[in-house]
Amino acid sequence: AAGMFLRLLSDVRWRAANPKWRRTTCSQRSTSSTAEPHPVSLPAQAQVVICGGGIMGTSVAYHLSKMGWKDIVLLEQGRLAAGTTRFCAGIVSTARHAAIELKMADYSNKLYQQLEQETGVKTGYVKTGSVSLAQTQDRLISLKRIAASLNVMGIPCEIITPKQVAQLHPLINIHDLVGAMYVPEDALVSSANVSLALATAASRNGVQIHERTSVSHVSIQKGRVTGVETDRGQIQCQYFVNCAGQWAYELGHSGEEAVNIPLHACEHFYLLTHPLKEPLASTLPTIVDPDGRIYIRNWQGGILSGGFEKNPKPLFTEGRNQLEIQNLQEDWDHFEPLLSALLRRMPDLEALQIMQLVNCPESFTPDMRCVMGESPTVRGYFVLAGMNSAGISYGGGAGKYLAEWMVNGYPSENVWPLDLKRFGSLQSSRTFLRHRVMEVMPLMCDLKVPRWDFQTGRQLRTSPLYDRLDAQGARWMEKHGFERVKYFVPPGNDLLDLGQSKTFYKPDWFDIVGSEVKCCKEAVCVIDMSSFTKFEISSTGDQALESLQYLFSNDLDVPVGHVVHTGMLNEKGGYENDCSIARLSKRSFFMISPTDQQVHCWAWLKNRLPDDSNITMEDVTWKYTALNLIGPRAVDVLSELSYAPITPEHFPSLFCKEMSVGYANGIRVMSITHTGEPGFMLYIPIEYALHVYNEVMNMGQKYGIRNAGYYALRSLRIEKFFAFWGQDLDAFTTPMECGREFQVKLEKGMQFVGQEALLEQKQNGVYKRFTMFILEDHDTDTDLWPWWGEPIFRNGRYVGKTTSSAYSYTLERHVCLGFVQHFDEKTGEELVVTTDFINQGEYEIDIAGQRFQAKAKLYPFSSLFTHRRRKDELELSGYQRE
Amino acid sequence: FYLTPPQVNSILKANEYSFKVPEFDGKNVSSVLGFDSNQLPANAPIEDRRSAATCLQTRGMLLGVFDGHAGCACAQAVSERLFYYIAVSLLPHETLLEIENAVESGRALLPILQWHKHPNDYFSKEASKLYFNSLRTYWQELIDLNSGETTDVKEALINAFKRLDNDISLEAQVGDPNSFLNYLVLRVAFSGATACVAHVDGVDLHIANTGDSRAMLGVQEEDGSWSAVNLSYDHNAQNEHEVERVKMEHPKAEEKSLVKQDRLLGLLMPFRAFGDVKFKWSIELQKRVVESGPDQLNENEYTKFIPPNYHTPPYLTAEPEVIHHRLRPQDKFLVLATDGLWETMHRQDVARIVGEYLTGVHHQQPIAVGGYKVTLGQMHGLLTERRARISSVFEDQNAATHLIRHAVGNNEFGTVDHERLSKMLSLPEELARMYRDDITIIVVQFNSHVIGAYQNEE
Repeated sequence: AAGMFLRLLSDVRWRAANPKWRRTTCSQRSTSSTAEPHPVSLPAQAQVVICGGGIMGTSVAYHLSKMGWKDIVLLEQGRLAAGTTRFCAGIVSTARHAAIELKMADYSNKLYQQLEQETGVKTGYVKTGSVSLAQTQDRLISLKRIAASLNVMGIPCEIITPKQVAQLHPLINIHDLVGAMYVPEDALVSSANVSLALATAASRNGVQIHERTSVSHVSIQKGRVTGVETDRGQIQCQYFVNCAGQWAYELGHSGEEAVNIPLHACEHFYLLTHPLKEPLASTLPTIVDPDGRIYIRNWQGGILSGGFEKNPKPLFTEGRNQLEIQNLQEDWDHFEPLLSALLRRMPDLEALQIMQLVNCPESFTPDMRCVMGESPTVRGYFVLAGMNSAGISYGGGAGKYLAEWMVNGYPSENVWPLDLKRFGSLQSSRTFLRHRVMEVMPLMCDLKVPRWDFQTGRQLRTSPLYDRLDAQGARWMEKHGFERVKYFVPPGNDLLDLGQSKTFYKPDWFDIVGSEVKCCKEAVCVIDMSSFTKFEISSTGDQALESLQYLFSNDLDVPVGHVVHTGMLNEKGGYENDCSIARLSKRSFFMISPTDQQVHCWAWLKNRLPDDSNITMEDVTWKYTALNLIGPRAVDVLSELSYAPITPEHFPSLFCKEMSVGYANGIRVMSITHTGEPGFMLYIPIEYALHVYNEVMNMGQKYGIRNAGYYALRSLRIEKFFAFWGQDLDAFTTPMECGREFQVKLEKGMQFVGQEALLEQKQNGVYKRFTMFILEDHDTDTDLWPWWGEPIFRNGRYVGKTTSSAYSYTLERHVCLGFVQHFDEKTGEELVVTTDFINQGEYEIDIAGQRFQAKAKLYPFSSLFTHRRRKDELELSGYQRE
Repeated sequence: FYLTPPQVNSILKANEYSFKVPEFDGKNVSSVLGFDSNQLPANAPIEDRRSAATCLQTRGMLLGVFDGHAGCACAQAVSERLFYYIAVSLLPHETLLEIENAVESGRALLPILQWHKHPNDYFSKEASKLYFNSLRTYWQELIDLNSGETTDVKEALINAFKRLDNDISLEAQVGDPNSFLNYLVLRVAFSGATACVAHVDGVDLHIANTGDSRAMLGVQEEDGSWSAVNLSYDHNAQNEHEVERVKMEHPKAEEKSLVKQDRLLGLLMPFRAFGDVKFKWSIELQKRVVESGPDQLNENEYTKFIPPNYHTPPYLTAEPEVIHHRLRPQDKFLVLATDGLWETMHRQDVARIVGEYLTGVHHQQPIAVGGYKVTLGQMHGLLTERRARISSVFEDQNAATHLIRHAVGNNEFGTVDHERLSKMLSLPEELARMYRDDITIIVVQFNSHVIGAYQNEE
């Protein structure tokens, strides 16, 4: 039945399509060499089946076939490039915030530029450039940050004045502008034709393309893709690629085992006009006016203008609906604010005649990033979808990365921010998606300031202490659906709309976090860290130890009760995960990983642990509430609550012991704090959470205990030079590159994943080095704050980017962490980075175009801290006054 | 000096009232969904009154607007009393007996009406005993008359109107030992009031009208557009039939003096009204009552003044003209309003504004460019105007308030102009009456499903 439904749908969609577009495509199709599909019957088997003939599907097919995979079938339910691809505005824009998105867009641009020559299909590629306007100083800062990343990537880009904007485009009203960013190499294409060109090249390389063929079902056996069922028969295959665009969610749920692809469609409108009296030149740059929420490009002598309204209209929440598809109509009343913005930006267009208001649904994801990669539950099931209206900009690069992923096992860049496994089933509720995309779509144009949080889809996963903490002034952020405390607003403090304050400068929580940090340093603080991912791995014999020894880089064969910091590396020695593992008994291990590792780490281990019923792995994240007791007096609180000796002799650091706290028994106490400060992590079975928390707070009173949040934790760990996975560490950084050789069992003669790569690095040196920078001439009160992604300059030359930063209340300076590379001055070739190279340079960090001097460090300021602490201890007697 | 939008809203919403007919088991079996009402004063104090009540001993709902003149006393009395007279007229013989027996034996009385009143709508406490006694006399007469026939609504309405007017007249002639009440009944009788009353029972809608207030039905056509159907005729000089009637009732010699300057005897705008005994009593009666009346009355130039060419009274009647209408599913709402509304707005506009309001903004016809030549500027102008209309709809939770906003604030383009609205509402008391009249509106919304079901039953 499903198959029939899809087929009906494909016919409907085709007929519903605008006849004008159809004509264009038909004439185009005669020049294309894509074979007419219908006479040809489907093959019985193929290595890869790609579902979806839009820009994503054709790009994946193109790149796979270029990399030598030939046995590929691409299925399209209607006609090629007939969905969102057909209707999209065709703007190739490289001005992106995230580095990986920027790289994808840059690659796409270069690919499209030569595509016509390569395939003979006219793509309509015109290098027009683009101008992003700033109506406010904050917007200009945001543009300057992007410009800084574009420049170090070698993409020409400059910040220009309103007068220069007027010279670039004759129609723009510039009186309300403060500046703009000009990217001269951005381009326009006909998106449908780019897609057809990619399909043409792929088909020349042997890819079979079948139109009017709907996938109804993906067959899965033993957690692997085995084939697909279509309305025209079955195809057996090893790999399935879901490029079904806005239908990807439903297709993911049509198999025996659901593949959660969190995306949701929203209506998107743009306007087409007749040509101006004096038709606009086709080389005129595209205008992006984020403050007016619109983009404007030239189109056949007239303009094409659309935008991202504040009140988006989500659709297809209940799934495909033929009626709705047919009735996707122009909604002028909805478009009114965007039309007003357009006429304010280009008042002379008043007399221009309207041709059409196009309603083109786009799919959006919960975090504004696209979804790519292999399903965590079904091997061989790949996904590329959810482009958040930037499908053309990302199409080339995204297709390339996914093809590399399939052929080589991993892409050539760190794509974790786009990895499907950053989501779990918790993000696939339709209600959640509907609400979240209504927030995400306006965010396309909203100002992105440091540390913003989503407001929708909140309070999904919470600690049992949530209400208690909230009542004490907690301000929350969300990670992987889990609510975590940022900081606590002290009682009587009027800064109640702290969360709303948007600034690139010193935030208003500065003093609040400062006092939390001070308390961590001088007394004791409690941070609820329940969101951490927790697995228990055990076996009947030594199987667990043996397997884990192979999968993790540090030696886990430690005495029972010890905690080991270790990486979970890939073959190239890069961090797939960075975790702490406690040996609970000879045969069981307790593993703590970052919050967003829940899906990725599980899939990684599941796929690599031997298929042995004697080993069991359980996700116990939900079973434990985790309290982090940080500070010199943590030991006093804990010993009073447990009547157990907790002196360093009995409880050395990196130690784990089950003990009672208050009345509650069986609390896992570990002498780690994830910050480098003294203290303990308490893993508490959830039903004891409130009891233990109350006991700790009551007992802690005389030691000056208080609640603290993740911002304090961040400041502490960054000034201690602690790298965090997902922020500083990724699949492309190795322990050798971040000074963690001591966490690797290279000398012990044991086999483990990544060993060879690490040995080679040990021998030949590393090509990048994790470094800590202390900003020297940076005024915390008046200068822009660093965030992450700021370019690092050594002796005036670009050497890398920061990965995280925080204000150190101890050093009273900003600290940035980042990677330093060494490029040959003449060839640009990457050279080995030595300690001397790091130490013998003059460094600068570029924050939105302004450079600040920085001192590079490879080791934390241990001496400074011990000195301070001794002095603070003397002052502690007077601490309780606060 | 301008009122801010919130100030404007607080003025407009001060008297608004809404009633929703309660649902039972998720079903509303009444053909009325509910009503919105509101009034905006121009006179100080306002001379308009409104009433709404559900009949408890018979089926049906009563709604009415009353426009007073020469003071508010008559309108006030009619608004308190008329529905009781109508309800009693509709009661079957057994129920009348039951009520009379209860009163006789001092038992609790069956409730006759459930009122739906705004807190500002008051009943006179002092006169309640007097009013009750008059009402009791009426039902006692009905019991004695017992015709045995089932009560016809039209007849009941006519009888009730006439009887109440008669009682008002009698009470003034008899007077009352209590000097306050004595003065009150005289003020009621010497002032006047028009009445426009609707009785809704299932698909049967009766409109009884006396004077120049108006009832209008809002009908939704098949294409979604709105049209207005009049359910009352104005009783004034513009109504030829009415002029004809008055002339028929008086000797030919008076023909010229009957209607002068579009007024009855050159004085009165409505040709039918409650009270106004100056146009009903003989000159002798008027003189006797005024002379024996309290000083306040005696010294009042208006009451002492006898209309010119006053030869063959009565010149005025309270007898209503009753129109019966069978409700159809396309009949979506009924507007009852005093002439203050109809002076400023055409009924077609009233139908459209209320219709669009009740069906919500989403029913606003979407714009499609199609093959037309439209420029960006033209489209922008159109959209801005539509948005203004939508936002004014969103501001009001009450259809009557929404209508008043338009009646007072509409500019020449038919959209609410805040500046104009602000000016009109901030006029000083003494000027307000020159620019607008009291406005009282009731918008009754019908339940098309119930009406459709009634139709299918037949």
